[in-house]
Amino acid sequence: MSLLSVRGLKVAYGGIQAVRGIDFEVAEGELVCLIGANGAGKSSTLKGVMGLAHPHGEVLFAGERLHKLPTHAIACLGLALVPEGRGIFGRLTVAENLDMGAYTRNDKVGVQADLSRAYELFPRLAERRGQLAGTLSGGEQQMLAIARALMGRPRLLLLDEPSMGLAPLMVMKIYETIAAIAREGVTILLVEQNANLALRVSQRAYVMESGAITLSGAASDLASDSQVRAAYLGD
Amino acid sequence: MDIFTQQLINGLVLGSIYALVALGYTMVYGILELINFAHGEVTMIGAMVALTVIGVLMGVAPDLPGLMVVFGGLLIAIPACMALAFGIEKIAYRPLRRAPRLAPLITAIGVSIILQNLAMLVWGRQYVSFPPILPRGQHEILGAHITDLQIFIVVLSFSLMAGLWLLVERTRLGRAMRATAQSREVAELMGVNVDRVISATFVIGAAIAAIAGVMVSAYYGLAHYYMGFMLGLKAFSAAVLGGIGNIAGAMLGGLLLGVIEALGAGYIGDITGGFLGSHYQDVFAFFVLILVLVFRPSGLLGERVASRA
Repeated sequence: MSLLSVRGLKVAYGGIQAVRGIDFEVAEGELVCLIGANGAGKSSTLKGVMGLAHPHGEVLFAGERLHKLPTHAIACLGLALVPEGRGIFGRLTVAENLDMGAYTRNDKVGVQADLSRAYELFPRLAERRGQLAGTLSGGEQQMLAIARALMGRPRLLLLDEPSMGLAPLMVMKIYETIAAIAREGVTILLVEQNANLALRVSQRAYVMESGAITLSGAASDLASDSQVRAAYLGD
Repeated sequence: MDIFTQQLINGLVLGSIYALVALGYTMVYGILELINFAHGEVTMIGAMVALTVIGVLMGVAPDLPGLMVVFGGLLIAIPACMALAFGIEKIAYRPLRRAPRLAPLITAIGVSIILQNLAMLVWGRQYVSFPPILPRGQHEILGAHITDLQIFIVVLSFSLMAGLWLLVERTRLGRAMRATAQSREVAELMGVNVDRVISATFVIGAAIAAIAGVMVSAYYGLAHYYMGFMLGLKAFSAAVLGGIGNIAGAMLGGLLLGVIEALGAGYIGDITGGFLGSHYQDVFAFFVLILVLVFRPSGLLGERVASRA
């Protein structure tokens, strides 16, 4: 059975239908990506899942109906979204940002262990733990946002455009990290405009176009699909 | 007697009360960008409830020491104000959370007027006097006088401010409050129940306001249904002076405003050659506020507030 199962999800903002009733699944341990052009409804889909937009339709997570719950309750169930633009708390220190990631947890020992692991995974954050997060570079902020999400020991990690606005070298680094997190068994739903990158790390993919899913399949198949290549991979 | 030292002491006492009330304005503004105009009235209700309880206690137990009687008043006034602020937020502000920002501002003014009128109905139009039951010792310091009550007010105010500082900087709730102030949406994503954090902010501010209300009425020896207006206005000004949304700023702004006001009252006669008297002290305080804001619109410790306000 899939960990996340979405049926007929619709998201609208002030009369504009951003997501027009889509179905998709993410199984435990999978890395699934949602690719598509700017404005295709990818971010809105993630917001719908997290209850940030008012969604219609059915969102099931490990048997729980998410679409009835407020965002903080959804987060408590083990879904962590790294939002577009990273959403770090600029006037909190790096360490305080990571603490916020573990907000819902009570196991002090486990949190400490995860904190050391986060600093191991991102040595740059360890160097800057006492610094205000707003003073970090864009790439460091993206690392912080991912590390912060991991501090909650999420069962499902949702990443919204993690490559956005970053230098190519930093993008490679972030994607290596995402692949490493996936190898550790964390289930990931990745939203990305950069289809090339996303298809390389994912097992399965969905292609979104004007609020609907137009194609889906194994990432390797989609990467060699002539339609996808023409539309998203710049061939 | 040294007038300067004396006015400095008076100003610090008054200023520490302003600072306590200013904290309530600045905490709520920091999270909601709402100027909670009803906060001054919450302070007034705190004083009124405490005075009522003090009156009852003096009737029931005439032998109880004065300090205990006032403490008893606080013990009822604090939770009463906390409940009041919780209710105000839930009924008057929460439904307007997504409305244009002018709407909750108008509601806040409305709540303030309603509370004033309710207080007038319950406690009447006349001044309620604070019974002279507190210790009235006087001490000499650097050629000036300081009373037991003044010492008590300053010590309690600074302890409360230190406590609040620790709460905001060192606790889980404080971290959630600061995170919510920066981004409500991302705080929700971290699992923070933002509604609860906002309620907590109002309730903590109200508890401090209740204490400040009792201090003011003990200091001036009276309370009145209209006392929250000027007190609230000055505390709000103090918060703006320090940089609204900034907790250290509210403390600094309150103390400064108190000192400026006291020194103004002490010297305004000399400065204007007797043309203006000490009853112009309010004018003096607001004049300084305007001056500071002309040269530093975001307040003394404020950052990037100008773009938000």
